[in-house]
Amino acid sequence: MSRFSKISIVAILLIAVMVFVVSSLSLASSGGTKAIEEAAAQVTGTEHVWWFWPLVLFVLTFVLGIFAVLAGVGGGVLYVPIVSGFLPFHLDFVRGAGLIVALAGALAAGPGLLRKGMADLRLAIPLALIASTCAIGGAMIGLALPTNVVQTLLGATILMIVVIMIMAKKSEFPNVPKADALSQSLGIMGVYHEPTLGKDIDWKVQRTPIALGLFVIIGVMAGMFGLGAGWANVPVLNLVMGAPIKISVATSKFLLSITDTSAAWIYLNNGAVLPLMVVPSVVGIMLGSLVGVKVLLVTKPKVIRIMVIVVLGVAGLKALQKGLWPELI
Amino acid sequence: MAEKATEEQILYASILNKGMMIGFLGLCATFAVYALGILSPMIPIGEVQHYWVMSVADYLQESGIKAGWAWAGNLSYGDMLNFAPIAFLSGLTVVCYLAIIPGLLRKKDKAYVVLAVLEVVVLSVAASGILGSGGH
Repeated sequence: MSRFSKISIVAILLIAVMVFVVSSLSLASSGGTKAIEEAAAQVTGTEHVWWFWPLVLFVLTFVLGIFAVLAGVGGGVLYVPIVSGFLPFHLDFVRGAGLIVALAGALAAGPGLLRKGMADLRLAIPLALIASTCAIGGAMIGLALPTNVVQTLLGATILMIVVIMIMAKKSEFPNVPKADALSQSLGIMGVYHEPTLGKDIDWKVQRTPIALGLFVIIGVMAGMFGLGAGWANVPVLNLVMGAPIKISVATSKFLLSITDTSAAWIYLNNGAVLPLMVVPSVVGIMLGSLVGVKVLLVTKPKVIRIMVIVVLGVAGLKALQKGLWPELI
Repeated sequence: MAEKATEEQILYASILNKGMMIGFLGLCATFAVYALGILSPMIPIGEVQHYWVMSVADYLQESGIKAGWAWAGNLSYGDMLNFAPIAFLSGLTVVCYLAIIPGLLRKKDKAYVVLAVLEVVVLSVAASGILGSGGH
Protein backbone atom coordinates (compact mmCIF):
# COMPACT_ATOMS: atom_id res chain seq x y z
CA MET A 1 0.00 0.00 0.00
CA SER A 2 1.42 3.40 -0.96
CA ARG A 3 2.34 6.03 1.57
CA PHE A 4 -0.56 8.24 0.56
CA SER A 5 -3.17 5.52 0.75
CA LYS A 6 -1.92 4.85 4.28
CA ILE A 7 -2.20 8.55 5.06
CA SER A 8 -5.77 8.60 3.72
CA ILE A 9 -6.79 5.60 5.80
CA VAL A 10 -5.11 6.96 8.92
CA ALA A 11 -6.73 10.38 8.42
CA ILE A 12 -10.21 8.93 7.96
CA LEU A 13 -9.77 6.60 10.95
CA LEU A 14 -8.50 9.49 13.06
CA ILE A 15 -11.56 11.52 12.20
CA ALA A 16 -13.79 8.57 13.07
CA VAL A 17 -12.10 8.04 16.43
CA MET A 18 -12.33 11.74 17.17
CA VAL A 19 -16.03 11.78 16.26
CA PHE A 20 -16.68 8.77 18.48
CA VAL A 21 -14.76 10.08 21.47
CA VAL A 22 -16.19 13.58 21.42
CA SER A 23 -19.71 12.26 20.80
CA SER A 24 -19.45 9.92 23.76
CA LEU A 25 -18.14 12.62 26.04
CA SER A 26 -20.78 15.09 24.96
CA LEU A 27 -23.79 12.87 25.37
CA ALA A 28 -23.21 13.16 29.10
CA SER A 29 -23.17 16.94 29.13
CA SER A 30 -25.12 18.92 26.60
CA GLY A 31 -25.07 22.25 28.34
CA GLY A 32 -23.43 24.15 25.49
CA THR A 33 -26.37 23.86 23.14
CA LYS A 34 -28.28 26.76 24.62
CA ALA A 35 -25.25 28.99 24.49
CA ILE A 36 -24.61 28.44 20.82
CA GLU A 37 -28.24 28.97 19.95
CA GLU A 38 -28.29 32.21 21.92
CA ALA A 39 -25.09 33.26 20.20
CA ALA A 40 -26.55 32.43 16.82
CA ALA A 41 -29.63 34.44 17.66
CA GLN A 42 -27.47 37.44 18.50
CA VAL A 43 -25.98 37.39 15.03
CA THR A 44 -29.41 37.96 13.58
CA GLY A 45 -30.16 40.87 15.85
CA THR A 46 -31.25 43.00 12.95
CA GLU A 47 -34.27 41.98 10.93
CA HIS A 48 -34.15 42.01 7.16
CA VAL A 49 -36.67 41.78 4.37
CA TRP A 50 -37.44 38.13 3.69
CA TRP A 51 -35.36 37.91 0.53
CA PHE A 52 -32.17 39.34 2.05
CA TRP A 53 -30.63 36.13 3.41
CA PRO A 54 -31.86 33.95 0.52
CA LEU A 55 -30.21 36.43 -1.84
CA VAL A 56 -26.99 36.32 0.20
CA LEU A 57 -27.18 32.51 0.04
CA PHE A 58 -27.72 32.59 -3.71
CA VAL A 59 -24.75 34.89 -4.33
CA LEU A 60 -22.52 32.97 -1.92
CA THR A 61 -23.40 29.57 -3.37
CA PHE A 62 -22.93 30.92 -6.90
CA VAL A 63 -19.35 31.85 -5.95
CA LEU A 64 -18.90 28.54 -4.09
CA GLY A 65 -20.10 26.71 -7.20
CA ILE A 66 -17.38 28.37 -9.29
CA PHE A 67 -14.70 27.67 -6.70
CA ALA A 68 -15.84 24.09 -6.16
CA VAL A 69 -15.33 23.27 -9.84
CA LEU A 70 -11.97 25.02 -9.98
CA ALA A 71 -10.74 23.35 -6.80
CA GLY A 72 -12.13 19.94 -7.72
CA VAL A 73 -14.24 19.57 -4.59
CA GLY A 74 -17.96 19.05 -4.06
CA GLY A 75 -20.26 21.89 -3.13
CA GLY A 76 -21.31 20.43 0.22
CA VAL A 77 -17.85 20.44 1.74
CA LEU A 78 -17.59 24.19 1.13
CA TYR A 79 -21.23 24.99 1.83
CA VAL A 80 -21.68 23.56 5.32
CA PRO A 81 -18.65 25.05 7.10
CA ILE A 82 -18.84 28.43 5.38
CA VAL A 83 -22.61 28.95 5.69
CA SER A 84 -22.77 27.62 9.25
CA GLY A 85 -19.65 29.53 10.24
CA PHE A 86 -20.43 32.96 8.84
CA LEU A 87 -24.20 33.21 8.25
CA PRO A 88 -26.95 33.21 10.89
CA PHE A 89 -28.56 29.87 10.01
CA HIS A 90 -28.67 27.09 12.58
CA LEU A 91 -26.38 24.16 11.86
CA ASP A 92 -29.34 21.76 11.63
CA PHE A 93 -30.79 23.60 8.63
CA VAL A 94 -27.37 24.19 7.07
CA ARG A 95 -26.65 20.46 7.14
CA GLY A 96 -30.05 19.69 5.64
CA ALA A 97 -29.50 22.23 2.88
CA GLY A 98 -25.89 21.07 2.40
CA LEU A 99 -27.05 17.53 1.71
CA ILE A 100 -29.65 18.68 -0.81
CA VAL A 101 -27.01 20.89 -2.48
CA ALA A 102 -24.57 17.96 -2.71
CA LEU A 103 -27.37 15.65 -3.85
CA ALA A 104 -28.54 18.01 -6.59
CA GLY A 105 -25.00 18.40 -7.90
CA ALA A 106 -24.47 14.65 -7.96
CA LEU A 107 -27.84 14.00 -9.62
CA ALA A 108 -27.04 16.56 -12.30
CA ALA A 109 -23.60 15.14 -13.03
CA GLY A 110 -24.63 11.47 -12.77
CA PRO A 111 -26.27 10.88 -16.16
CA GLY A 112 -23.32 12.22 -18.19
CA LEU A 113 -20.75 10.35 -16.13
CA LEU A 114 -22.66 7.07 -16.38
CA ARG A 115 -23.28 7.38 -20.12
CA LYS A 116 -19.62 8.04 -20.86
CA GLY A 117 -18.63 5.08 -18.74
CA MET A 118 -16.56 7.25 -16.43
CA ALA A 119 -18.71 6.46 -13.40
CA ASP A 120 -18.92 2.71 -12.99
CA LEU A 121 -22.19 1.32 -11.69
CA ARG A 122 -20.70 -2.05 -10.65
CA LEU A 123 -18.03 -0.29 -8.65
CA ALA A 124 -20.53 2.12 -7.10
CA ILE A 125 -23.37 -0.22 -6.09
CA PRO A 126 -21.67 -2.21 -3.27
CA LEU A 127 -19.96 0.88 -1.85
CA ALA A 128 -23.16 2.92 -2.08
CA LEU A 129 -25.12 0.32 -0.15
CA ILE A 130 -22.68 0.53 2.76
CA ALA A 131 -22.32 4.31 2.64
CA SER A 132 -26.03 5.08 2.30
CA THR A 133 -26.96 2.73 5.15
CA CYS A 134 -24.36 4.31 7.41
CA ALA A 135 -25.32 7.83 6.31
CA ILE A 136 -28.74 7.20 7.85
CA GLY A 137 -27.05 6.42 11.15
CA GLY A 138 -24.81 9.46 10.78
CA ALA A 139 -27.76 11.75 10.10
CA MET A 140 -29.64 10.42 13.12
CA ILE A 141 -26.58 10.83 15.35
CA GLY A 142 -26.00 14.34 13.98
CA LEU A 143 -29.56 15.39 14.75
CA ALA A 144 -29.48 13.81 18.21
CA LEU A 145 -26.20 15.34 19.38
CA PRO A 146 -26.05 18.81 20.93
CA THR A 147 -25.29 21.50 18.36
CA ASN A 148 -22.03 22.62 19.95
CA VAL A 149 -20.70 19.07 19.75
CA VAL A 150 -21.62 18.69 16.08
CA GLN A 151 -20.13 22.13 15.39
CA THR A 152 -16.90 21.16 17.15
CA LEU A 153 -16.67 17.85 15.31
CA LEU A 154 -17.45 19.61 12.04
CA GLY A 155 -14.62 22.06 12.64
CA ALA A 156 -12.18 19.27 13.44
CA THR A 157 -13.34 17.29 10.42
CA ILE A 158 -12.95 20.26 8.09
CA LEU A 159 -9.42 20.81 9.36
CA MET A 160 -8.66 17.12 8.73
CA ILE A 161 -10.07 17.49 5.21
CA VAL A 162 -7.70 20.41 4.70
CA VAL A 163 -4.83 18.14 5.75
CA ILE A 164 -6.04 15.42 3.36
CA MET A 165 -6.32 17.97 0.53
CA ILE A 166 -2.78 19.15 1.16
CA MET A 167 -1.17 15.74 1.61
CA ALA A 168 -3.07 13.24 -0.51
CA LYS A 169 -1.68 12.84 -4.00
CA LYS A 170 -3.56 11.41 -6.94
CA SER A 171 -2.43 8.35 -8.79
CA GLU A 172 -3.57 8.51 -12.41
CA PHE A 173 -3.12 4.82 -13.13
CA PRO A 174 -2.50 2.96 -9.86
CA ASN A 175 -0.69 -0.33 -10.18
CA VAL A 176 -3.05 -3.14 -9.22
CA PRO A 177 -1.14 -6.39 -9.65
CA LYS A 178 -4.10 -8.60 -8.81
CA ALA A 179 -7.77 -7.94 -8.22
CA ASP A 180 -8.98 -9.13 -4.83
CA ALA A 181 -11.34 -12.08 -4.58
CA LEU A 182 -14.40 -10.02 -3.66
CA SER A 183 -14.07 -7.58 -6.56
CA GLN A 184 -13.43 -10.51 -8.90
CA SER A 185 -16.56 -12.30 -7.76
CA LEU A 186 -18.57 -9.07 -8.19
CA GLY A 187 -17.06 -8.43 -11.61
CA ILE A 188 -15.76 -4.99 -10.71
CA MET A 189 -13.41 -4.13 -13.55
CA GLY A 190 -13.48 -2.18 -16.76
CA VAL A 191 -11.71 -0.54 -19.64
CA TYR A 192 -11.70 3.05 -20.78
CA HIS A 193 -10.00 5.03 -23.47
CA GLU A 194 -7.50 7.57 -22.19
CA PRO A 195 -7.30 10.31 -24.81
CA THR A 196 -4.09 11.81 -23.40
CA LEU A 197 -2.32 8.50 -24.00
CA GLY A 198 -4.35 7.49 -27.02
CA LYS A 199 -4.93 4.00 -25.68
CA ASP A 200 -7.40 1.86 -23.78
CA ILE A 201 -6.73 1.37 -20.08
CA ASP A 202 -7.83 -1.83 -18.36
CA TRP A 203 -8.58 -1.34 -14.71
CA LYS A 204 -9.39 -3.56 -11.79
CA VAL A 205 -9.51 -2.96 -8.05
CA GLN A 206 -7.96 -4.35 -4.89
CA ARG A 207 -8.57 -4.20 -1.13
CA THR A 208 -12.34 -4.11 -1.61
CA PRO A 209 -13.08 -5.31 1.97
CA ILE A 210 -10.92 -2.51 3.42
CA ALA A 211 -12.67 0.02 1.18
CA LEU A 212 -16.07 -1.24 2.30
CA GLY A 213 -14.95 -0.73 5.91
CA LEU A 214 -13.83 2.81 5.15
CA PHE A 215 -17.14 3.54 3.47
CA VAL A 216 -18.86 2.78 6.79
CA ILE A 217 -16.99 5.75 8.25
CA ILE A 218 -17.49 7.90 5.15
CA GLY A 219 -21.24 7.24 5.23
CA VAL A 220 -21.59 8.13 8.90
CA MET A 221 -19.68 11.37 8.42
CA ALA A 222 -21.58 12.35 5.28
CA GLY A 223 -24.84 11.95 7.16
CA MET A 224 -23.68 13.56 10.36
CA PHE A 225 -22.24 16.72 8.83
CA GLY A 226 -24.19 17.01 5.57
CA LEU A 227 -20.91 17.46 3.77
CA GLY A 228 -21.20 15.16 0.81
CA ALA A 229 -18.17 12.93 0.86
CA GLY A 230 -16.21 13.33 -2.35
CA TRP A 231 -13.19 14.41 -0.30
CA ALA A 232 -13.06 10.92 1.22
CA ASN A 233 -14.53 8.85 -1.64
CA VAL A 234 -11.84 9.75 -4.14
CA PRO A 235 -8.79 8.83 -2.00
CA VAL A 236 -10.38 5.50 -1.06
CA LEU A 237 -11.36 4.63 -4.65
CA ASN A 238 -8.07 5.83 -6.12
CA LEU A 239 -5.40 5.18 -3.52
CA VAL A 240 -6.87 2.26 -1.57
CA MET A 241 -8.77 0.35 -4.26
CA GLY A 242 -6.53 1.38 -7.13
CA ALA A 243 -9.16 2.64 -9.57
CA PRO A 244 -7.77 5.14 -12.11
CA ILE A 245 -8.23 8.74 -11.00
CA LYS A 246 -10.81 9.59 -13.68
CA ILE A 247 -12.91 6.55 -12.79
CA SER A 248 -12.51 7.41 -9.08
CA VAL A 249 -13.59 11.04 -9.41
CA ALA A 250 -16.57 10.21 -11.62
CA THR A 251 -17.71 7.23 -9.55
CA SER A 252 -17.34 9.29 -6.37
CA LYS A 253 -19.57 12.03 -7.77
CA PHE A 254 -22.17 9.47 -8.77
CA LEU A 255 -21.91 7.72 -5.38
CA LEU A 256 -22.89 10.97 -3.67
CA SER A 257 -26.27 10.83 -5.40
CA ILE A 258 -26.99 7.62 -3.48
CA THR A 259 -25.22 8.29 -0.16
CA ASP A 260 -26.69 11.76 0.20
CA THR A 261 -30.17 10.57 -0.75
CA SER A 262 -30.53 8.42 2.35
CA ALA A 263 -29.22 11.13 4.68
CA ALA A 264 -31.30 13.81 2.96
CA TRP A 265 -34.46 11.82 3.72
CA ILE A 266 -33.60 11.77 7.43
CA TYR A 267 -33.12 15.54 7.52
CA LEU A 268 -36.27 16.04 5.44
CA ASN A 269 -38.34 13.79 7.69
CA ASN A 270 -36.99 15.57 10.77
CA GLY A 271 -38.05 18.99 9.50
CA ALA A 272 -34.47 20.20 8.96
CA VAL A 273 -35.04 21.37 5.39
CA LEU A 274 -36.24 24.92 4.74
CA PRO A 275 -37.12 25.72 1.12
CA LEU A 276 -36.13 29.36 1.63
CA MET A 277 -32.56 28.16 2.23
CA VAL A 278 -32.47 25.11 -0.04
CA VAL A 279 -33.74 26.50 -3.34
CA PRO A 280 -31.49 29.59 -3.59
CA SER A 281 -28.55 27.39 -2.55
CA VAL A 282 -29.22 24.67 -5.11
CA VAL A 283 -29.83 27.12 -7.95
CA GLY A 284 -26.83 29.24 -6.95
CA ILE A 285 -24.38 26.36 -6.77
CA MET A 286 -25.60 24.84 -10.02
CA LEU A 287 -25.30 28.11 -11.93
CA GLY A 288 -21.92 28.71 -10.30
CA SER A 289 -20.75 25.26 -11.38
CA LEU A 290 -21.71 26.02 -14.98
CA VAL A 291 -19.70 29.25 -14.86
CA GLY A 292 -16.88 27.43 -13.07
CA VAL A 293 -16.49 25.00 -15.95
CA LYS A 294 -16.02 27.97 -18.33
CA VAL A 295 -13.64 29.77 -15.95
CA LEU A 296 -11.62 26.57 -15.59
CA LEU A 297 -10.42 27.03 -19.16
CA VAL A 298 -8.80 30.39 -18.47
CA THR A 299 -7.54 30.14 -14.91
CA LYS A 300 -4.92 28.34 -12.88
CA PRO A 301 -6.74 25.74 -10.77
CA LYS A 302 -3.70 25.33 -8.51
CA VAL A 303 -4.00 28.90 -7.22
CA ILE A 304 -7.75 28.45 -6.69
CA ARG A 305 -7.13 25.17 -4.89
CA ILE A 306 -4.77 26.91 -2.47
CA MET A 307 -7.39 29.62 -1.91
CA VAL A 308 -10.07 27.02 -1.22
CA ILE A 309 -7.79 25.21 1.22
CA VAL A 310 -7.19 28.49 3.07
CA VAL A 311 -10.93 29.33 3.12
CA LEU A 312 -11.77 25.84 4.34
CA GLY A 313 -9.10 26.14 7.02
CA VAL A 314 -10.60 29.42 8.24
CA ALA A 315 -14.12 27.94 8.11
CA GLY A 316 -12.90 24.90 10.06
CA LEU A 317 -11.37 27.12 12.75
CA LYS A 318 -14.56 29.20 12.86
CA ALA A 319 -16.66 26.05 13.33
CA LEU A 320 -14.34 24.93 16.14
CA GLN A 321 -14.64 28.33 17.79
CA LYS A 322 -18.44 28.29 17.51
CA GLY A 323 -18.51 24.84 19.03
CA LEU A 324 -16.01 25.34 21.83
CA TRP A 325 -16.20 29.06 22.58
CA PRO A 326 -19.54 30.36 21.26
CA GLU A 327 -19.34 33.40 23.54
CA LEU A 328 -16.48 34.74 21.40
CA ILE A 329 -18.82 35.45 18.44
CA MET B 1 -13.77 7.65 -22.75
CA ALA B 2 -14.67 4.71 -24.87
CA GLU B 3 -15.75 2.20 -22.29
CA LYS B 4 -19.06 0.83 -23.33
CA ALA B 5 -21.43 1.72 -20.55
CA THR B 6 -23.53 -1.29 -19.66
CA GLU B 7 -27.21 -1.52 -20.53
CA GLU B 8 -28.06 -0.87 -16.86
CA GLN B 9 -25.85 2.21 -16.74
CA ILE B 10 -27.52 3.69 -19.80
CA LEU B 11 -30.98 3.01 -18.41
CA TYR B 12 -30.04 4.41 -15.00
CA ALA B 13 -28.55 7.51 -16.63
CA SER B 14 -31.58 8.06 -18.81
CA ILE B 15 -34.03 7.97 -15.90
CA LEU B 16 -31.75 10.10 -13.75
CA ASN B 17 -31.42 12.69 -16.50
CA LYS B 18 -35.15 13.03 -17.09
CA GLY B 19 -35.91 12.98 -13.38
CA MET B 20 -33.27 15.61 -12.63
CA MET B 21 -34.70 17.93 -15.27
CA ILE B 22 -38.24 17.52 -13.96
CA GLY B 23 -37.12 17.93 -10.36
CA PHE B 24 -35.02 21.01 -11.03
CA LEU B 25 -37.77 22.71 -13.03
CA GLY B 26 -40.24 21.76 -10.30
CA LEU B 27 -37.94 23.26 -7.68
CA CYS B 28 -37.79 26.57 -9.56
CA ALA B 29 -41.52 26.61 -10.31
CA THR B 30 -42.68 25.85 -6.78
CA PHE B 31 -40.23 28.36 -5.34
CA ALA B 32 -41.65 31.01 -7.68
CA VAL B 33 -45.15 30.16 -6.42
CA TYR B 34 -43.86 30.54 -2.85
CA ALA B 35 -41.79 33.68 -3.34
CA LEU B 36 -44.37 35.50 -5.44
CA GLY B 37 -47.07 34.72 -2.91
CA ILE B 38 -49.28 32.92 -5.45
CA LEU B 39 -50.15 30.45 -2.71
CA SER B 40 -50.00 31.69 0.85
CA PRO B 41 -47.41 29.88 2.99
CA MET B 42 -47.98 28.04 6.25
CA ILE B 43 -45.28 30.20 7.87
CA PRO B 44 -45.39 33.80 6.62
CA ILE B 45 -42.31 34.23 4.46
CA GLY B 46 -41.05 37.20 6.48
CA GLU B 47 -41.11 35.15 9.68
CA VAL B 48 -38.93 32.28 8.46
CA GLN B 49 -35.81 34.19 9.52
CA HIS B 50 -36.97 33.91 13.14
CA TYR B 51 -36.97 30.14 12.85
CA TRP B 52 -33.79 29.34 10.93
CA VAL B 53 -31.62 30.47 13.86
CA MET B 54 -33.22 27.81 16.09
CA SER B 55 -32.46 24.14 16.34
CA VAL B 56 -34.85 22.02 14.32
CA ALA B 57 -36.51 20.75 17.52
CA ASP B 58 -37.23 24.32 18.68
CA TYR B 59 -38.38 25.30 15.20
CA LEU B 60 -40.90 22.46 15.08
CA GLN B 61 -42.15 23.29 18.54
CA GLU B 62 -42.44 27.05 18.01
CA SER B 63 -43.87 26.97 14.51
CA GLY B 64 -46.24 24.07 15.03
CA ILE B 65 -44.99 22.52 11.78
CA LYS B 66 -45.26 18.73 11.76
CA ALA B 67 -42.18 16.78 10.69
CA GLY B 68 -42.20 13.69 8.46
CA TRP B 69 -44.56 13.50 5.50
CA ALA B 70 -47.06 15.99 6.95
CA TRP B 71 -46.12 18.46 4.19
CA ALA B 72 -47.75 16.13 1.65
CA GLY B 73 -51.14 16.91 3.15
CA ASN B 74 -50.50 20.66 2.99
CA LEU B 75 -49.54 21.18 -0.64
CA SER B 76 -52.00 24.05 -0.93
CA TYR B 77 -49.52 26.16 1.05
CA GLY B 78 -46.75 27.85 -0.93
CA ASP B 79 -43.91 26.79 1.38
CA MET B 80 -45.08 23.19 1.76
CA LEU B 81 -45.43 22.87 -2.02
CA ASN B 82 -41.63 23.22 -2.29
CA PHE B 83 -41.17 19.89 -0.55
CA ALA B 84 -42.73 18.06 -3.50
CA PRO B 85 -39.78 18.57 -5.90
CA ILE B 86 -37.27 18.13 -3.06
CA ALA B 87 -38.86 14.77 -2.21
CA PHE B 88 -39.04 13.92 -5.91
CA LEU B 89 -35.29 14.53 -6.31
CA SER B 90 -34.60 12.55 -3.14
CA GLY B 91 -36.68 9.66 -4.47
CA LEU B 92 -35.07 9.47 -7.91
CA THR B 93 -32.37 7.00 -6.91
CA VAL B 94 -34.95 4.45 -5.79
CA VAL B 95 -36.71 4.72 -9.15
CA CYS B 96 -33.39 4.22 -10.98
CA TYR B 97 -32.56 1.14 -8.90
CA LEU B 98 -36.02 -0.35 -9.45
CA ALA B 99 -35.59 0.18 -13.18
CA ILE B 100 -32.31 -1.74 -13.44
CA ILE B 101 -33.38 -4.74 -11.37
CA PRO B 102 -35.25 -6.52 -14.22
CA GLY B 103 -32.15 -6.25 -16.47
CA LEU B 104 -29.95 -7.67 -13.72
CA LEU B 105 -32.45 -10.50 -13.23
CA ARG B 106 -32.39 -11.31 -16.95
CA LYS B 107 -28.60 -11.54 -16.79
CA LYS B 108 -28.90 -13.76 -13.70
CA ASP B 109 -26.59 -11.33 -11.92
CA LYS B 110 -27.77 -12.53 -8.52
CA ALA B 111 -25.27 -10.63 -6.40
CA TYR B 112 -26.19 -7.27 -7.91
CA VAL B 113 -29.92 -8.08 -7.78
CA VAL B 114 -29.54 -8.60 -4.03
CA LEU B 115 -27.45 -5.45 -3.64
CA ALA B 116 -29.94 -3.38 -5.66
CA VAL B 117 -32.93 -4.72 -3.73
CA LEU B 118 -31.17 -4.00 -0.43
CA GLU B 119 -30.43 -0.45 -1.56
CA VAL B 120 -34.09 0.07 -2.45
CA VAL B 121 -35.05 -1.21 1.00
CA VAL B 122 -32.53 1.06 2.75
CA LEU B 123 -33.61 4.18 0.84
CA SER B 124 -37.29 3.34 1.26
CA VAL B 125 -36.87 2.95 5.01
CA ALA B 126 -35.04 6.29 5.15
CA ALA B 127 -37.78 7.93 3.11
CA SER B 128 -40.62 6.38 5.06
CA GLY B 129 -39.96 8.29 8.24
CA ILE B 130 -40.02 5.04 10.22
CA LEU B 131 -36.66 5.97 11.66
CA GLY B 132 -38.23 8.76 13.63
CA SER B 133 -38.43 12.47 13.57
CA GLY B 134 -37.70 15.18 16.04
CA GLY B 135 -34.13 16.41 16.45
CA HIS B 136 -32.35 17.14 19.70
